[in-house]
Amino acid sequence: MSDFWSWYVIVIVALNIGGCAVLLWANRKMSASEAAKETTGHNFDGIEERNTPLPRWWLILFWLTLGFAIVYLVLYPGMGNYEGTLGWSSHKQWQEEVELVEARTAPLFAQYAAEPVEELIKYDEVMGVGARLFANNCAVCHGADARGARGYPNLTDDDWLYGGSPDAIKQTLVNGRQGMMPPMAAAIGGTDEAVSDMALYVASLSRPQLADDPAKAEAIARAKPKFAMCAACHGADGTGNQMMGAPNLTDNTWLYGNTLKDIEYAIRNGRAGKMPAQQDLLSPEQIHVLTAYVYGLSRNADNADGE
Amino acid sequence: MANRHEKVEKNVGLMIVLTLVAVSFGGLAEIVPLFWQQATTEPLKTLRPYTALELEGKDIYIREGCNVCHTQMVRPLRAETERYGPYSVAGEDVWEHPHVWGSKRTGPDLARVGQRYSDDWHRAHLRNPRDVVPESNMPGYPWLHETPVDWSDTETTLHVFKDMFGVPYTDEDIAEQMANIEGKWSEATEEDALVAYLQQLGTERTRR
Repeated sequence: MSDFWSWYVIVIVALNIGGCAVLLWANRKMSASEAAKETTGHNFDGIEERNTPLPRWWLILFWLTLGFAIVYLVLYPGMGNYEGTLGWSSHKQWQEEVELVEARTAPLFAQYAAEPVEELIKYDEVMGVGARLFANNCAVCHGADARGARGYPNLTDDDWLYGGSPDAIKQTLVNGRQGMMPPMAAAIGGTDEAVSDMALYVASLSRPQLADDPAKAEAIARAKPKFAMCAACHGADGTGNQMMGAPNLTDNTWLYGNTLKDIEYAIRNGRAGKMPAQQDLLSPEQIHVLTAYVYGLSRNADNADGE
Repeated sequence: MANRHEKVEKNVGLMIVLTLVAVSFGGLAEIVPLFWQQATTEPLKTLRPYTALELEGKDIYIREGCNVCHTQMVRPLRAETERYGPYSVAGEDVWEHPHVWGSKRTGPDLARVGQRYSDDWHRAHLRNPRDVVPESNMPGYPWLHETPVDWSDTETTLHVFKDMFGVPYTDEDIAEQMANIEGKWSEATEEDALVAYLQQLGTERTRR
């Protein structure tokens, strides 16, 4: 604040407090002639307004509030640029709170950061910290139980789009991931038939019994050569490629549903699932603990029953 | 001699004037200086004006009353900065007309929600919040993705912000925005606009 505005504020605040004091002082006593009267002379339906001075307790309280204001303005900022003898500010208060917690948690997080992820998952305490970080930052998409939802991967199973090693998980957390399945309808012929054939073929990778129906077997046979277009990412055998986040099409895990309709939709429109990067939101130590938590979800015994 | 305060009490005109003087003290000391303070008038260096799509998104945010249940004001308390991100400062709201700080948190604060979730998440969440957050009590807004953005006032709005509120749009900026409305946003729905608005919230503070 410039000096002008600082003084402007100081003058107004001083005027305000001083003005109140002057008013109180000037009116501390009733004039003798007034005090002699029993009533104010106001009479409403036989009810008379008595002529009494301000109650003493009320006056004393008013003086006390003025005293409080002066003490407050000495201790705390209020008079322009004057910072107060306590040096309080909301930023400093926040800073102190943060440092207090930092001092308590930093040694713990340093200890966690020094341990490899494979070791960390053995400690309940670390998993507890991880669980709370997960609840605050990840559960919104992946669910409180980490089992995911349509479009948001289940983290408790052993199926990984980008790999389930500690390094891969950490990479996912730090930089995020951007799914990039392009619309493929045109590339495989563009007709409705080509798309539905391909959907059947993709479904048959995990459900070979579909080929028992001769009509479907024909469609599958028609689509099979065109799968070469898909093989660049999903591999010739459809088992996927974790380097590109291309899912394995031969297993029974379906991020966007396993119906022919869902598969056709993906072929027509592509899919672009996005995992947001966390590096600006969480500290490296927090990410390390979260990595361990996610890594532990599919490995720790108490999660194994949910498979 | 009569009581001194009788002069005031028996003269309504004087009483009105003195009352106005008395109640103006607070505003004169606490509000008036802010109009000239750098901290409240200087935009953050990372701040950029809204695109036309984000601007429409903000109007939809206000129209649907999002600010009734969601604040956009992270207070300087550790619990809040830990959960949401850096606390709010005046410099990020210099071009906000009106600001949508809100005052009640039925839902979480949104001041730093930008880029925290994917666009797809926001779309699913806006259509039916329970699909992604089972315990949510937020109402769904499924009509937004069926309603095209109403662009009829956008150009005027941009000019008003530029000319009357000092938002630093240039004429070229506005021309570019209008070209986008004809081009890449011609099919945009209200959901697109709202998601665009949400995805930039707080990014001037959370990107390191």
